[in-house]
Amino acid sequence: MAVAALPGEAGPDADRISLKTKLRRAERMNRARSFSLVAPLLVFVLAVFALPIGLMLVRSVENTEVRETMPRTMAALAAWDGRETPGEAVFAAFADDLVQTQKDRTTALVGKRINYEVPGARSRFLKAGRLVDAGGGGPWKEKFIASDAEWGSVEFWAIMKRAGNSFTPYYLLTALDLRQDAAGAVTANYPDQSIFIDIFIRTLTISLVVTLATLVLGYPVAHLLAILPPARANVLMILVLLPFTTSILVRTTAWIVLLQSNGVLNDILLALHLTTERVQLIFNRFGTVLAMTHIQLPFTILPIYSVMKSIPASHLRAARSLGAGPLTAFVSVYMPQTLPGVGAGCLLTFILSLGYYITPALVGGPQDQMVSYFVALYTNREMNWGQASALGGLLLMMTLVLYAVFNRVVGIDKVKLG
Amino acid sequence: MLAPSYATPREKLAYFLFAVFCTLVFLFLIGPILVIMPLSFSSEPWFTYPLPGLSLRWYVDFFTDDRWRIALQNSGIVAVFSTLIATALGTLAALGLSRGNVPFAGLILSILISPMIVPVVIVAVAMFFGFAAVGLNNTYIGLILAHAILGTPFVVITVTATLTGFDRSLTRAAASLGASPWTAFRTVTLPLIAPGVTSGALFAFVTSWDEVVVALFLASPDQRTLPRQMFSGIREQISPTITAAATLLVVFAALLMLTLELLRRRSERLRGTAG
Repeated sequence: MAVAALPGEAGPDADRISLKTKLRRAERMNRARSFSLVAPLLVFVLAVFALPIGLMLVRSVENTEVRETMPRTMAALAAWDGRETPGEAVFAAFADDLVQTQKDRTTALVGKRINYEVPGARSRFLKAGRLVDAGGGGPWKEKFIASDAEWGSVEFWAIMKRAGNSFTPYYLLTALDLRQDAAGAVTANYPDQSIFIDIFIRTLTISLVVTLATLVLGYPVAHLLAILPPARANVLMILVLLPFTTSILVRTTAWIVLLQSNGVLNDILLALHLTTERVQLIFNRFGTVLAMTHIQLPFTILPIYSVMKSIPASHLRAARSLGAGPLTAFVSVYMPQTLPGVGAGCLLTFILSLGYYITPALVGGPQDQMVSYFVALYTNREMNWGQASALGGLLLMMTLVLYAVFNRVVGIDKVKLG
Repeated sequence: MLAPSYATPREKLAYFLFAVFCTLVFLFLIGPILVIMPLSFSSEPWFTYPLPGLSLRWYVDFFTDDRWRIALQNSGIVAVFSTLIATALGTLAALGLSRGNVPFAGLILSILISPMIVPVVIVAVAMFFGFAAVGLNNTYIGLILAHAILGTPFVVITVTATLTGFDRSLTRAAASLGASPWTAFRTVTLPLIAPGVTSGALFAFVTSWDEVVVALFLASPDQRTLPRQMFSGIREQISPTITAAATLLVVFAALLMLTLELLRRRSERLRGTAG
């Protein structure tokens, strides 16, 4: 008579389960060990890289200047219906806030924030600051409007009220040449402030031209490197890799020396009688595209080369022996097989070109500056960090979308260096 | 020479044009770098050929002028420490990822590589804001951390590439012979992946050594690095001292390339894949 195995006793079934559990536990341990190797870098990248970028993105919609410095005005404006000039209560609260901002020296800060949306507001705020400093008490409404009729504008107060919100779409809208009118509807921005779509289009255009130029110049070179015997190809490879490992600043300096009006290239052009006077080759679109193409060319050549190297020469020979002409064989048999490399090289060059800053800043003219330049400009010179963050956020988005495409098409783990 | 023996005259012409085109492209690639080097030996401060005379004065200037000397020193310090951090963390991560059982490995790899893809201005501005909050702006540590981040993707990529040809049974064999995981790593894995680690480290070093945008945002004049010194030099007025610096950097790049090539050969030899 069979006796059922007691729980805990080592029956055949229990043995199997415990083995499975053991295996699972061991696997989990193993996974944890693998992850613990990855974790330090992941934490480092998240903390020092991803977190600051996240905070930058928050900054592109953050809107604390007015809310924090003008709390009384904002409280008074909460009850305002937005149809006609606010009453004395709002103006009195505004005067109170101004007394405080004058003391904290923050009047200019609020003025600057409103100035983004209402040109001229900064000086009006500073003038208002002096008005309250003069004292004399209310009623403030008439006093303010007497000093500057714009204080009576309904639209101005609507913008003030909106500027008191914690978050604002203002910077992102501006970066897309849009604005909110007094009623809150999104419309096209004023023509004199609509510069950003042009800058984005310019960035995309330059990147596209550079990508195409590197493809046209790089494809034949990659082919040559792939079909030459290894010993000779290795020698020529140095000519591709040396520029690749040379500092971008060195290469940019070289182009400046070459292209300037008393530079080497102009000397050659004159000596060959190709021109009769010195030509402007630098600080324009030509110089920018030329220098960028030079810098990006190895990035396009290397992926195409590595794909071409894996294509057996017998394919072309087979096509020829079946009667295809040299051109037909190349176009219909060889070229399709190189497409993965072309895709990888071009996408990489296009993505990297989008973010160019140094080369256009040094070799380009005012009309060749790309989005990166304006991110830097709004951070360093204009001190408009919201705008810098919004532009940076949009550029980041473009880059990440392309990066995702790259990852899908090529796979980032397939990228090879050197 | 390129055309196959059965080529028709028209094909021969096509191959000839192809060779001419490629020669021109090679000239375009290497020409600017070759042109700038002799200018650094010019005796006069202008950029014309033929050289008015030969002199080493710009090199003397580069090594004696305080601004260049300090810049060189800062670049060295920042590059060495950021390379150490990037190499250590990057190698560990590549080892972990290559074990093939990390959850969300694809996503994690994309995140680890992203510092290479995100426009450097965005990295610089974000760190400028973020580091200000914790007092890391205008410090060596801040610059080192930032450069380490930019260098890690290169280490991850090169070490991962080395590990794809790595035979796992070697470490298992070591373990079965009684080696502890650490001993197995030190005596078996590390020597085999050393070429990848070293070339990753070299890429990380160059990344920091060449980096100018982050240095513009995060460094005070005290941490002025070599590229930053070059950048302001180019902006103001190109002095021939910059061409001397550039020439030295090209020589440096050539040495680096040589090292990478030797490492690649060693790696192939170790894996037995040499052709």
